[in-house]
Amino acid sequence: MKILVCIKQVPQKDAPLKLNESGSWIREDVSYEVNEPDAYALEEALRQKEKNGGEVVVVTAGPARAQQVLREALAKGADRAIHLEGDEFVRLDPASTAKAIAAAVKSENFDLIFTGLQSDDYGYAQTGVLLAEVLGWPHSTIILHIAKEGDGLKLKRELESGYFQDMEMPLPAVLTIQSGGNKLRYATLMGIKQAKNKPMTKLGWADVASAVGKNGLKIERLYIPVKQKRTETIDGPPAEVARKLVDKMRNEMRIL
Amino acid sequence: MSARGVILVITEQREGKLNRVSYETITAAQKIAAETGWSVEAVVMGAQVSVAAGEIAAKKLEKVYQIHSPALGQYTADGYIAALKPFLAEKLPSLVLFPHTYQVRDFAPKLALALDRPLISDAVSYKYESGKLLFTRQMFQGKFVADVSFSGEPPYFATVQAGSFRADQAENGPAPAPIETVHAIIENSSIRVKPHEMYKEAKQAVDLTQAEIIVSVGRGIKEQKNIEMAAKLAEALGGELAASRPICDAGWLPIERQIGSSGQTVSPKLYLALGISGAIQHLVGMKGSRSVIAVNKDPEAPIFDIADVAVVGNLLEIVPALIEEVKKAKAEA
Repeated sequence: MKILVCIKQVPQKDAPLKLNESGSWIREDVSYEVNEPDAYALEEALRQKEKNGGEVVVVTAGPARAQQVLREALAKGADRAIHLEGDEFVRLDPASTAKAIAAAVKSENFDLIFTGLQSDDYGYAQTGVLLAEVLGWPHSTIILHIAKEGDGLKLKRELESGYFQDMEMPLPAVLTIQSGGNKLRYATLMGIKQAKNKPMTKLGWADVASAVGKNGLKIERLYIPVKQKRTETIDGPPAEVARKLVDKMRNEMRIL
Repeated sequence: MSARGVILVITEQREGKLNRVSYETITAAQKIAAETGWSVEAVVMGAQVSVAAGEIAAKKLEKVYQIHSPALGQYTADGYIAALKPFLAEKLPSLVLFPHTYQVRDFAPKLALALDRPLISDAVSYKYESGKLLFTRQMFQGKFVADVSFSGEPPYFATVQAGSFRADQAENGPAPAPIETVHAIIENSSIRVKPHEMYKEAKQAVDLTQAEIIVSVGRGIKEQKNIEMAAKLAEALGGELAASRPICDAGWLPIERQIGSSGQTVSPKLYLALGISGAIQHLVGMKGSRSVIAVNKDPEAPIFDIADVAVVGNLLEIVPALIEEVKKAKAEA
């Protein structure tokens, strides 16, 4: 199977984020990493290739710094990478991102496209589903397990409140992958070395702009949430914190 | 678009029962309607929906549409889009609101794009500013919120996060709303996936929903061996041990102890969050707790936004001290 994996570079989980001076976006001088659900999507693709053969291609849309997540994916075993490179891909709405990716891969015949189920930065949880619409393909979301059966797939989907569902689906298809379905691999030294010689195709905004069209969503402002609750902060050495907490549990929360 | 704007709420039912977030979405629609002067209508869809339609019709709504077809008996994105796309193209409401559920996440973006319209997902509130409708949504794992607007012409699409509005504030109407039946025509061949029955994997040996005290651990616990420490605290307090998703994904605690959108929803008297940053998916599972104590080393962690008591510090030092102090207090009592 020929599989495309869409991956995104996002700020590191515990990176302290600050607003820029105009309050329109975050300050981008932070540490980045691959979006965690996308790492699971890549892992699933690499396992499918190991089982069924084929090719794994990774794509990202983002500025020059985003190349890092493609390099890491190549080091883990992806065969080649496509970088939609440019600042224009930051703050794009999910439909525009989906159209840009579809335009970038339109001459290739993928059997499957994987995305993470959502990104940890914007959290729209839409790009994969929209990519299926742009391509006219079926899709399924929040997938935990994939098995090739005949000409199609047997999937395990996660539902709410501890429920699951199996389903059958034809190819080609788009799947959004849930975290935790597999154990993530590390890149080996050999993999890191080989990655340097793997192909990386670069496309710019101009290459896909005509397919993207107008942004449908506008982020008017970004700000720190207004707190809904009064929070009391307790600090001090651990023993003192513990005493204060127990006092609250006993006298205010009345659970001791 | 009709002369008077219409907000259409697409509700979600399973086996004839509407879920709570559908009612919360009705509340959101009624609040938006009160400011914009628009009217509110609701859609119930499935193979047999007359009971659910009758139930929702008690709410203050201009109209209820029951869209039915045998092909809607079991949810598929293809079936739902085949039913809703022509319906929405004909009605052209100003705003289409959905509850932000796993099912809606699966089809609503595709439906919106099929009509060439944008969707704002996972909104927690809205603003109506000089004739412009904005939805507020969390970004960067809840560290920031953004006010987002639509460009172009309606219909606009948005999904509403669970717990953002109160179901018990959905107003009843003076009389039941009229119910209109819509027969959806769905070709069997247009449904490309074949879903099987839903199932549960883990036997729910622990029912966290009944626990009065929950000690819950997240990524900040760092190592599997530290789980023991949290377990001891739960034991000292007479509570249950629970976790956020990454801990269960790593296999450090079984999945039936997971709190959040993919796990259990709890509302204990005390929820003690240890090293949990507070991603939206976790918060929806515990924000109904009566008291929340959060311990985290990151002062910016979103969990602190909903905590009653915040402790910024190293949980590996604080938890052992707390275990001792709780034991002492219990011995005194």
